[in-house]
Amino acid sequence: MDGIHDMGGMDGFGPIPIEPDEAVFHAPWQGRMWALNTALGAWGKWNIDAGRYTLEQLDPALYLSSSYYHRWLYRTENILVDHDMVSREELATPPEERMVERQGEPLAVEEILARQRKARSARVDENIPPRFKAGDQIRARNIHPKGHTRIPRYIRGRAGVIDRDHGVFIFPDTNAVFAGNKPQHLYSVKFSAREIWGPEASAVDKVYLDMWDDYLEAEG
Amino acid sequence: MTDHSHLSDTELRVRALESLLTDKGLVDTAALDAIVDIYENKVGPRNGARVVARAWVDEEFKQWLLADGTAAIDSLGYTSTQGADIVVLENTVSVHNLTVCTLCSCYPWAVLGLPPTWYKSFPYRARAVKDPRGVLAEFDQKVPEDVEVRVWDSTAEVRYLVLPQRPAGTEGLSEDELADLVTRNSMIGTDRLAGS
Repeated sequence: MDGIHDMGGMDGFGPIPIEPDEAVFHAPWQGRMWALNTALGAWGKWNIDAGRYTLEQLDPALYLSSSYYHRWLYRTENILVDHDMVSREELATPPEERMVERQGEPLAVEEILARQRKARSARVDENIPPRFKAGDQIRARNIHPKGHTRIPRYIRGRAGVIDRDHGVFIFPDTNAVFAGNKPQHLYSVKFSAREIWGPEASAVDKVYLDMWDDYLEAEG
Repeated sequence: MTDHSHLSDTELRVRALESLLTDKGLVDTAALDAIVDIYENKVGPRNGARVVARAWVDEEFKQWLLADGTAAIDSLGYTSTQGADIVVLENTVSVHNLTVCTLCSCYPWAVLGLPPTWYKSFPYRARAVKDPRGVLAEFDQKVPEDVEVRVWDSTAEVRYLVLPQRPAGTEGLSEDELADLVTRNSMIGTDRLAGS
């Protein structure tokens, strides 16, 4: 989707908020939010791509006006409801007025981390021939998928060169909606800064993106 | 119940969510405590600094790290909590590497811990790919015009770690002392390390 999360190249956000020696979490609730997200992900009801897609579907005004961990809070509530793990009514009811049924036994931390390690590996052990090799000229397709995608707007239609083949990976566009892995080669692709940003950009600088086969077409 | 009148709406909402999920048996408070402890105290940029220091003193390790970052980093015991591949990018006299995630905030947790707020901020995500030299200037870093800046937008489950140049005048230092010189930002690419 051409969403608010796709920020590469935008202006107007002001200076970068650099904070020397900042804490890992700025308030205890942020750590709880991070840990909740990690522990819930271990149930395997959704995958990393579905999680990102839910985040991307937050209302754009809310996305822009919320801190990182606020976005995680809203995303986590939404994805729990989407997967029938909690209801909107339960979220809206104060804890002291709530009666809920225990659904099972929670996972221990070792199990959570082991599952996370396994679930987050997006590499697929399938022997699929690559369409491109290092040095090949390509062009990023001019596509505007309505759902989740990992091809940023700023690169669509631009010409580049395959830098390296990472191997075969899960395709996020389909995985995000549980429509299959659609395994395919993932490449690191090199673009000149001027190809993307025009003659004002440095003549020597480059931008590299990781791009799936479905995002690319042969050039020339 | 304790008095929650001093808590913000956000804190109350997160507490309510945790309590609901605990009541349902979906999460366990002790497991959440342990996860927070891991990211606050165990996983952090010191892991990455040790990888860099080893590469500075051991050419064979460095070549392995550049060829297969995932395996070389695993060999030092920093088993990824992330499960993602790691690619290491070498800074040289003619190339400076900078990493970003324009679409969200992908970051090599296994070697750097959780990202700083600025890395997840909108201005960094927006401008790193378009104006990397301007971004570097905000970090008080100047890259000569003839040095190629390579920006790596982490759009997939491959994580990037920058191998900064070893600063001059550090020949006599031990591996541990070298690791102390390596900043988190130098492994993201927003610090060139004084003397390098």
